[in-house]
Amino acid sequence: MNEPFPRKVTLPKLSSKGDGIFRTVIVGLSLVIALTFMLSIALLGQQSWPAIQKFGLSFLTTNVWNPVTSEYGALSLVMGTLLTSFLALLISVPLAIASALFVAEYAPKWLANPVGYLVELLAAVPSVVYGLWALFALKPLFQQVQLWLYTSNPDLTARCAELFNSNKTSLQCFFMPQVPTGLGFLLAVTILAIMILPFTASVARDVIRLVPADQREAMYALGATKWEVISLAILPYARAGIMGGIILALGRALGETLAVAMVIGNTPEIIKSIWSPTATMASMIANQFGDAREGLQRSSVVGLGLTLFFVSVFVNLIARTIILRLTPKGL
Amino acid sequence: MAVSQLSPTFNKNGLSGGRKSKNAFMGFLIGLGTMLVVAPLILIFGFLLLKGFGALNLDFFLKTPAPEGEAGGGWANAISGSLLILAMAAVLGVLVGVAGGIFLAEFPRHRLMPVIRMLSDVLSGIPAIVMGLVVYALVVRPMGHFSAFAGSVALGLLMVPIVVRTTEEVLKLVPLSVREAGLALGLPQWKVILSIVLPAASGGIITGLMLALSRVAGEAAPLLFTAFGSNLVNLNPLQPTSALPLQIFIGATSAYDENQRLAQAGALLLITLIFVTSLLARFASRQK
Repeated sequence: MNEPFPRKVTLPKLSSKGDGIFRTVIVGLSLVIALTFMLSIALLGQQSWPAIQKFGLSFLTTNVWNPVTSEYGALSLVMGTLLTSFLALLISVPLAIASALFVAEYAPKWLANPVGYLVELLAAVPSVVYGLWALFALKPLFQQVQLWLYTSNPDLTARCAELFNSNKTSLQCFFMPQVPTGLGFLLAVTILAIMILPFTASVARDVIRLVPADQREAMYALGATKWEVISLAILPYARAGIMGGIILALGRALGETLAVAMVIGNTPEIIKSIWSPTATMASMIANQFGDAREGLQRSSVVGLGLTLFFVSVFVNLIARTIILRLTPKGL
Repeated sequence: MAVSQLSPTFNKNGLSGGRKSKNAFMGFLIGLGTMLVVAPLILIFGFLLLKGFGALNLDFFLKTPAPEGEAGGGWANAISGSLLILAMAAVLGVLVGVAGGIFLAEFPRHRLMPVIRMLSDVLSGIPAIVMGLVVYALVVRPMGHFSAFAGSVALGLLMVPIVVRTTEEVLKLVPLSVREAGLALGLPQWKVILSIVLPAASGGIITGLMLALSRVAGEAAPLLFTAFGSNLVNLNPLQPTSALPLQIFIGATSAYDENQRLAQAGALLLITLIFVTSLLARFASRQK
């Protein structure tokens, strides 16, 4: 009798040698990611060690930046970073949500897609180009306003100048310019707000689209207006996702460098007025690292980088947790 | 839930005036907000066209910067430098990024998988300037001088998280049955991944690469103390080199009109390139 199959079937080996090599190569290359992270901490830590040793935590809580006396405290920079970022968020979040609602709920399809594209292109504009535009197009406008404020009320200008000189301010003076150069805190906030818009906008748009249709339909069936549907059914439902987008934008804002460095005035002082020249940690690194002498000055600048590193890791982990919690399991 | 807040107040003619006008007002605000979001893009592009287009002549592409304060000159150094740095950055970005994406998508049960995924996410949020500091300590200090190579390490590392994410997402779109079919034919896993899964996903992966490249092509901050910049056309990876965004930063903050004019032209060139790349990439992925 003919056997239909040979008695011994030889299957190809399940775990070939190739698989082992492939796995090793892939895992090895992936480990570069982990290595980058650990090297970042190690190198930033090592380079800023002299400053950490000398100043400790007071590096973040004192406000001097004096290469002559070798004293470095980053309080004004920390505050500059936080204040510019939060104010920029305050301006950009309502606008970003408005544009997301427009694209997801209001616009007809022929308009929704192009507007969506434009918002995404806004994210593609490089930081230096924003900085250049702010410097050449927005700065003259800001300067006009400052000059007008400066000259329209000479008494107040003189009083504020005195206060500013003694490092003080008052509620009234907080809205008066120090020196009408056009550069300063408010211009940096403006450009920062524009730069972070698309991050919140695109996340918000995506989560608004995820709101189930029956949520809307139920509300419309009750006779609700479009705004009532948005404010009572859509926004509460999408709230957590929008929050994730906002925190992502915050991470961007905290680390944004050149656009801010080009327009903020780069003065390591705590702001006395919304028009004051000030500095952020990132802008200070960009401006000072190249010229800083080896030693305490350079390691203080790297200390700013280490701080920024930890802050952005922290902010990202929060955004990640929020967004992960939203993603349905199994996707 | 909050239905009680609705308290439908209808009159004979339909919606009460208050609810109707509130709805119209909010619709108006949303439209206005959207215009405010889109306006900067149009203003920036218009401004650069107006100011920079005139300077985008042949000299711009073929000459190197004139001595400070003198008219003429071009940005051949920045254009060639950008190409050199981006080409080297792409090698690093693709190797590590695609490998990372394969790792996350194809070895989901590996015990390092959650760690790599988290670190990749976290790295995507590290400010570019901080990456510049890291690469300064990692490459520039040991080598003793600035170089195009150092710049491309910084940009390559910034590309990695973007490439990892898009590769992972695209690979997960390839149906499991395709892999099973390959394995059922007796192919080892590495062959299934390399010769079936990757080609199937190649369109999406290339889109991701283009997006990552266009993202880092505009980064100047990490180049400040890695590639550093140079006024000469330099094709030696071990020498300081300029790049478009770096030169824009230097030109825009320069006191000379001529430099500022060239910076505006350079910015126009850069965002045009970036817009075209990202639109092409998005269009390509739409087609799928």
